[in-house]
Amino acid sequence: MDFLTIIQVLDSTVRLATPLLLACLAGLYSERAGIFDIGLEGKMLMAAFFSAAVAAVSGSVWLGLLAGIASSLVLSGLHGLASITFRGNQLISGVAINFLAAGMTVLIAQDWFKQGGRTPSLFAGGRFEPINFPFAEALSGVPILGPIYSELLSGHSILVYLAFLAVPGTWWVLYRTRFGLRLRAVGENPAAVDTAGVSVVGLRYAAVAICGVLCGIAGAYLATALQAGFVKDMTAGRGFIALAALIFAKWRPWQAMWACLLFGLLQAIALRFQNIDLGGVVIPVQVMDALPYILTVVILAGFVGKAIPPRAGGEPYVKER
Amino acid sequence: MERPLKMDKMPKWADVVLIPVISLILAAILSALVIVAIGEDPVEAVNLMVTGALGSTYGWGYTLYYATNFMFTGLAVAVAFHARMFNIGGEGQAMLGGLGVAMVCLYVPWPHWSLALLAACAGAMIFGAAWAAVPAYLQAKRGSHIVITTIMFNFIAAAVLNYMLVNVMRPQGSMDPASARFPEAVHLPTLHELLAPIGISFSKAAPANVTLLVAILACFVVWALIWRTRLGYEIRAYGHSETGALYAGISPVKITMIAMLISGALAGLMATNNVMGEAERLVLNSTEGAGFIGIAVALMGRSHPFGVFLAAILFGFLYQGGAELALWTSIPRELIVVIQALVILFTGALDNMVRMPLEKMFLAMRKGKA
Repeated sequence: MDFLTIIQVLDSTVRLATPLLLACLAGLYSERAGIFDIGLEGKMLMAAFFSAAVAAVSGSVWLGLLAGIASSLVLSGLHGLASITFRGNQLISGVAINFLAAGMTVLIAQDWFKQGGRTPSLFAGGRFEPINFPFAEALSGVPILGPIYSELLSGHSILVYLAFLAVPGTWWVLYRTRFGLRLRAVGENPAAVDTAGVSVVGLRYAAVAICGVLCGIAGAYLATALQAGFVKDMTAGRGFIALAALIFAKWRPWQAMWACLLFGLLQAIALRFQNIDLGGVVIPVQVMDALPYILTVVILAGFVGKAIPPRAGGEPYVKER
Repeated sequence: MERPLKMDKMPKWADVVLIPVISLILAAILSALVIVAIGEDPVEAVNLMVTGALGSTYGWGYTLYYATNFMFTGLAVAVAFHARMFNIGGEGQAMLGGLGVAMVCLYVPWPHWSLALLAACAGAMIFGAAWAAVPAYLQAKRGSHIVITTIMFNFIAAAVLNYMLVNVMRPQGSMDPASARFPEAVHLPTLHELLAPIGISFSKAAPANVTLLVAILACFVVWALIWRTRLGYEIRAYGHSETGALYAGISPVKITMIAMLISGALAGLMATNNVMGEAERLVLNSTEGAGFIGIAVALMGRSHPFGVFLAAILFGFLYQGGAELALWTSIPRELIVVIQALVILFTGALDNMVRMPLEKMFLAMRKGKA
């Protein structure tokens, strides 16, 4: 494997890690506030469809992004209604949202575009174009650093940079602002937050809304940057890999980035090489597919450092108690 | 799942019948609105679905075939619910069950289908239970959340099945990632073959088969287990209150393991229908999401085997009716996925939205009487 191949694999790692990272941070806000969210997949899928559909019709990718975020927010609102207002089971609500998105996207796509549950392919203007850093072309000849700069760092769409900037952003919000402190507190001990006179319901809705916005961006990235248009079930389990990454990272932002990069790398390797030959031992491609999930189970089992979720996670808050 | 304690606010029939029916009506109204939004006529759609799914023995044959799958997966979710666990891994457990069935059918020369079916049931149950065993053990011993681990195990199961079909079980020279066809001797009698000797003519083409009887038997066995045995009592006690069960000398580790093993075995059993009864070979994605429909079926059926039986037939009807709709109108099959989502939403997540006003109403009525 030569240097350029490594750079290319890492480059596609960044591309593939981006939707995972956005969804993972989305889940982080929600779960840190005590609302389990296994509906990340559904929200991404819904956003992927609406962003592609609106971008295809209007020709503007930015309108597409807004539509994607809005549709994801609607599902977030539903999740909030079920799990915060009506104190329902958050896991069941997540399952329902995943199915709702899987069904509605194809239903609407078929009704609007009649192309077998997909949107028309997006052309220039309907997609997020790569941003080339200054002098990327000129510096590509420089050994080692040149390809790293021009191939790996430069030439991604704006959403990629946004996703990676969201990591320090999330860290700052979570650990350096009053809102973040309250958010974490409401996931650990909502009664204490309530006693302090802060609205548990308000905070949790805010967290679920942030989750919706980030999932919306993740879905829009899938349909309008990574690919050119929506196809049925295009999230392909990414929402669950993001959930796995979140547990892998033990609900912390920087670690979430590394976990998503790791899982993105696994996907990139599986895409580029089918079966990997390691000195006579062939690793089948299916192992790469399953590895994120296996690693997550190992982490969950607590054999390699214990993953302890926010204490009030999954529990509806009842004020009268 | 999280019901008890407030039982006395409402008569039992309201809890068992009224709430699921209202939830179903809400789901139906929303589905009708979706159909109107696509520009089709909901009344016409219902007509098509009823004639397509129930209007002929062919339709019934498909409806009952789907219903058989959903009975198994619905029972699987229901048993776990009784122990207050959410087994979202029915899909993976059913996939592995398929692997067990395929091995039994392919690698042993069976003289008669009945023996093969018994062995296939055992194979399916062992493989399904084994796939549930790891998440169960991790939940019981290490406190890893069963929902997350079973989701992960669904994906791992898909990878395992993919590997087995592509690299191990695929016949030489075949491009298709599928096992060889099962021998003729393990062919299970369809309803046509079962009913013809007693003079009832049933469609030859429909896939409903003898495993329907196995599914109905499973409903009885689960009912007896949950409500008529000591173990079932312990499972329900544990589901109501873990600390209470602990004081009563019930081991949480034991109950978690047993409930999940039973649940996994039931999900695995589904493979006797779809793999052995219908496809007669193991293919990729043979489960087609039936493991997840089990969630809707168990919620709708209130985790009671009879409720699961009815809900499974309802979903079998929706599946076959939905296929007919997709054939004759511009409504895609995914409408069923939407209906399924709405049922899960109303009977599961938004249960309180239906329940709270009803409870208020019944309380007011009681006060009025007193």
